[in-house]
Amino acid sequence: MARAATARAIRPAVRDTAHDGFLTHRNSRWLKIALGLMLFAVLVYALTDAEPRANGGSVAGYLLGTIGALLIVWLSSLGLRKRIVTRGPYSLKGWTSAHVWLGLSLIVVGTLHSGFQFGWNIHTLAWALMMVVILSGLYGIIVYARLPAQLSANRQETTQPQMLEAIRALDRQIDTAAQPLAAAETALVRLSLEKTSIGGNLWQRLSGNYAGDGNGRALAAIQAEVDGQRRAGRPDPALTQILFLLERKAAALAQARRHIGLRARLELWLYLHVPATFALLAALTAHVVSVFLYW
Amino acid sequence: MSEVFRIAIIGSGPAGLSAAAHAARLGLSHVLLEKTGHLSDTIYKYQKGKHVMATPSQLVLRAGGGLPFDAGKRETILGNWSEAAAALGVNVRHDAEVRAISGTGAPIAGSVQKIVTRKRDGSSETKELQRHAPPYRLQLADGAEILAETVILAIGTQGNPNLMACPGGDGRQVQYQLDDPQEYTDEHIFVIGGGDAGIENALGLAADAAQANIVSLVNRSAEFSTAKDANVKALLAARDAGRISILTGTTTRSIEPGWITLDTPDGEVRARCDRVIARMGSAPPRAFVEACGIEFTSNDRLAYPRLSPVFESTAPGIFVVGALAGYPLIKHCMNQGHDVVEFINGNRDLKPADEPILEAKFRGLAPAGRPDGLSVADWLEHLRGRVSILNGMSPLQMREFMLDSEVRAYRAGEIVFERNAPGSSLFGVVEGEVRVEVDPTNPAITVPLGAGTIFGEVGLISGRRRGATIRAGSDCILVEIARGAALKLMSAVPAAGREVTRITTTRSLQQIFKSGLTPDDLAAIIETAKVETIRAGQAIINEGEDGDDIFIIRSGSMVVEKSIGGKPVFLSYVPAGSYVGEMTVIDGGKRTATVRAAVKADVIRLEGARFRDLLAAKPDLLARLRADMATRTSLNSFIESKKDGFRGVVDMYTGVANFLVDQGLGEATDVLLIDEKLCVGCDNCEKACADSHDGLSRLDREAGRTYAHLHVPTSCRHCEHPHCMADCPPNAIHRGPTGEVYIDETCIGCGNCQRGCPYGVIRMDKLPPKKPWLLSWLLFGSGPGPGEPDKAWRYKHTPKGVEAPKKAIKCDMCAGQSGGPACVRACPTGAAIRVSPEQFLSVALLDRGAG
Ligand SMILES: Cc1cc2nc3c(=O)[nH]c(=O)nc-3n(C[C@H](O)[C@H](O)[C@H](O)COP(=O)(O)OP(=O)(O)OC[C@H]3O[C@@H](n4cnc5c(N)ncnc54)[C@H](O)[C@@H]3O)c2cc1C
Ligand code: HEM
Ligand code: SF4
Ligand code: SF4
Ligand code: SF4
Repeated sequence: MARAATARAIRPAVRDTAHDGFLTHRNSRWLKIALGLMLFAVLVYALTDAEPRANGGSVAGYLLGTIGALLIVWLSSLGLRKRIVTRGPYSLKGWTSAHVWLGLSLIVVGTLHSGFQFGWNIHTLAWALMMVVILSGLYGIIVYARLPAQLSANRQETTQPQMLEAIRALDRQIDTAAQPLAAAETALVRLSLEKTSIGGNLWQRLSGNYAGDGNGRALAAIQAEVDGQRRAGRPDPALTQILFLLERKAAALAQARRHIGLRARLELWLYLHVPATFALLAALTAHVVSVFLYW
Repeated sequence: MSEVFRIAIIGSGPAGLSAAAHAARLGLSHVLLEKTGHLSDTIYKYQKGKHVMATPSQLVLRAGGGLPFDAGKRETILGNWSEAAAALGVNVRHDAEVRAISGTGAPIAGSVQKIVTRKRDGSSETKELQRHAPPYRLQLADGAEILAETVILAIGTQGNPNLMACPGGDGRQVQYQLDDPQEYTDEHIFVIGGGDAGIENALGLAADAAQANIVSLVNRSAEFSTAKDANVKALLAARDAGRISILTGTTTRSIEPGWITLDTPDGEVRARCDRVIARMGSAPPRAFVEACGIEFTSNDRLAYPRLSPVFESTAPGIFVVGALAGYPLIKHCMNQGHDVVEFINGNRDLKPADEPILEAKFRGLAPAGRPDGLSVADWLEHLRGRVSILNGMSPLQMREFMLDSEVRAYRAGEIVFERNAPGSSLFGVVEGEVRVEVDPTNPAITVPLGAGTIFGEVGLISGRRRGATIRAGSDCILVEIARGAALKLMSAVPAAGREVTRITTTRSLQQIFKSGLTPDDLAAIIETAKVETIRAGQAIINEGEDGDDIFIIRSGSMVVEKSIGGKPVFLSYVPAGSYVGEMTVIDGGKRTATVRAAVKADVIRLEGARFRDLLAAKPDLLARLRADMATRTSLNSFIESKKDGFRGVVDMYTGVANFLVDQGLGEATDVLLIDEKLCVGCDNCEKACADSHDGLSRLDREAGRTYAHLHVPTSCRHCEHPHCMADCPPNAIHRGPTGEVYIDETCIGCGNCQRGCPYGVIRMDKLPPKKPWLLSWLLFGSGPGPGEPDKAWRYKHTPKGVEAPKKAIKCDMCAGQSGGPACVRACPTGAAIRVSPEQFLSVALLDRGAG
């Protein structure tokens, strides 16, 4: 049967309807906490007099080291939180907010923990990997702040499947319109139909430079031919129709490619951030184990 | 024309076929007349392979002649029926459309049927028709005539498609239905009609370029105003892609083999044409039915024929069953086909098949003084006699009504419903009394409602939350009437409709103005109160004009605008259950702002003069209104103050507000918005939705409109009066306890809700197979990972041979999940929020513009 109708005023689940981004979530709560944590780390470092000099082995060092290690483990768990959808209240936005600010505070906590004793060893490797993760995260924040508005503006209310469908539809039209053409011209048109990859390779996605792709070459060649015919008199209408279609395809391709490129840039840094996280976790384990073994 | 049949059955749907099969089994002389060339046209037209459902499951099947019926594929069911009909020797006549039915006997004294026809200009015309006694003469479209003593009308509610009226419109190349768009290749096809059906047909014909059809769509008006946005967009995209040509502002002049002639805005055009598909809507069968001497319960669009307990209409000897009688499920139809033949055959004591369902509803209940309880028929009579708005119902109507209603006993002090609970059902007090807690701060202040009265009407009309807590004042018995049944009731019994309106008006005034107003205080005002329906966009108050009427918004919503520097600036959004127009009553002067309907709305207009009298008598009320007014004025001046320094901000605020109102937010109660300045396109919202809802996402993030980076994705808005609910045969769509509109598992997959939703948020789909546990994906990469599994994976992991029905799938607002909407929780950047329009269309929006 249907869910029993109830007459009780069940309060809808409490939800976050605040319209603010993750950086300023809840009045920048996590920024404040992170600042507090950094201040605490600096104070611990400055006020405890470690002999012979500050390092991870002192009391202060242990304290900061423990905080740092726990933070790293917790920061890594964002990947799980993001993917396991539970029914209870949580806010991934709150998690991201805490992740970003506490992650940044690790620069201070982790570095002070080291007591600036760097060398070619597993300990410094762990520190370096941590910095790689953090700096890539920082880059991610910059990307997250700048690209979404561009992504939205470029979309103009079309979805990615619609963009791809529009290109396929143009291909069908180009194919039909090319029927009356001569063999040499058809070969040019085939460049557009067969030698055009929408997304292209990674480099093309990131740079947005698709110079020399099939459609571009076909367009340039047909354009030149039509221009030539124009100078001579009336251009072949079948060819001008093709030119028009190729131009439309070029515009459609440009939009789809900007879209794909922006999405790649929004995602790509995670391919450094996450593997580096795994490496960091391994190095961190080695660092901790070795410290306790060779004590 | 020698034979007079005992029974002529018109229409071979489940109702008519069951009746004919039963007549055949009983050996009664009969004929089954079917308009088309096959049996059961409505089911025949279901999409291929549709899984037909046999709901309600508690209802026993009493198929005439033992006709088989079980849930299964459309093809199987139709096949079984054809076989059974042939085996039973049902006398079917195909291609036999009945055009008129008239009695051939003597005129029946005093039996005159009044037929009111409404014209487009709003005027109406009344014709009188003298009924004649049976036998009846049935005139067929091909001119043949048939005589029968009794007639069973089982023609369903499909009606007839509107026909092409131009010369050649009856030609062979004109068709009114498109079963399979893949059937046609290399043809010049014209689709006539720019509604959803026409657009979908045109798109279907042009979908595959390999079919090489040349498709044109002809629309009479310049706009596609009746079609869904998504369809119009797809159509325009198809035109831009060169797959379809569109002719707007165009009508058909004539059709001849191979050619069509059109009147376009640029003059006459003659074009090659092999096939015309006319999709110009259909006319409901009501006119035909009325012309047979059958009266309807009212002039309302929702009204059904007036019937006796044995399905006999006001024309003696003509019986009406099936969807046309108000029972849209196949099982009901078949049962009635069986029962009506039993009745005609003299078995007048037969209990209807739904008797056990009704019995269950009354089980364990006993009215005062009758500790042993009552029979179903007596119970129905008891309810009808007790509750004033039910007085005008017939026993058959009571039965149907009761199927959608519940009777319950409450102990003194028990809560019936609480303030702010969602709910749109209407309650009637059968015995005892209830108490209304009118003051939220003091539950001791109550107003009693005695036996016979109704309550809950505000939720019924406005679709918003309950305005007061109601408790049983003594031990009592209440009947709860679902919204659909209540609307049917109001249309079937006009007096009930008027009564509900009167009570709603009084109570909504009491609720809105509080201040201890009694019905007596309000009597004078109510007398002059008028309920008006306002079109979307129409203004009820114009800035700068005189006027001091006050308006209560009963349903729909309004936007308030003020002209600043020559441009209209959005001031605020006013939802149903509030009032506007108080300023001039209190302070005099001219109207200071314009109030327009955001969506089609119902308002109650109260005369200013009467209202002023009331204010003079009730200083509390005046104080209250002044307080409300102060808040509104301060908002106005806040916005006006911004306009000098922050002109851009105010413009943006107005722009965004207007955009949202255009997107239908005026009728939404809860809407998903995405700030595209924050959205990184990770689609985690969709994945979370799928993972918390059987693996199917109920939102399409990218689709939908965007303005100033504010995006309204395709996801349910939980409308005040959900369009999707309007025409659901098993009544499977409900509003849940937290205000969500959800579909329960009785959905039969007919797709009516999908067609009804103007926002295109309902999809029809099968549940995908279960995914392996997420951790095994994380660790070993098994399974498709988070989110909706792709088609290939679904196909591969669906057990073969098991038929799963496609059902309607939509957002349920994550009701029952203590964390609230999963899509919002799972957004890493805070781009996605789910809010009510009044929450969002407020100063918060101004801040957004500024930020
Ligand atoms: C897409 C869709 C899916 C559905 N799925 C289900 C489901 O899964 N389960 C369920 O229980 N219900 C379902 N329904 C509802 C159900 O199909 C109908 O309510 C039911 O068919 C009504 O039966 P009926 O006998 O009253 O009329 P109909 O089935 O409409 O039959 C009427 C017949 O009368 C004929 N006729 C009409 N006028 C004339 C005339 N003047 N002369 C002669 N013949 C005439 C018509 O051609 C037709 O064959 C669905 C409805 C739709 C639209
Ligand atoms: C040692 C420190 C850190 C670790 C171990 C860490 C680890 C992770 C992990 C495991 C993810 C999940 C990625 C995914 O599953 O998609 C993630 C996401 C992310 N991290 Fe970090 N991170 C660290 C520091 C930082 C810092 C300093 C920043 C920012 C300044 C940052 C910004 C982000 C962002 C923006 C995301 C993406 C959130 C999303 O889109 O879901 N991280 N991080
Ligand atoms: S499905 Fe459509 S009509 Fe129904 S409540 Fe949602 S948005 Fe409104
Ligand atoms: S509220 Fe729940 S059901 Fe609705 S779209 Fe969001 S996640 Fe899906
Ligand atoms: S989860 Fe948030 S950021 Fe990701 S796609 Fe959805 S709205 Fe955009």
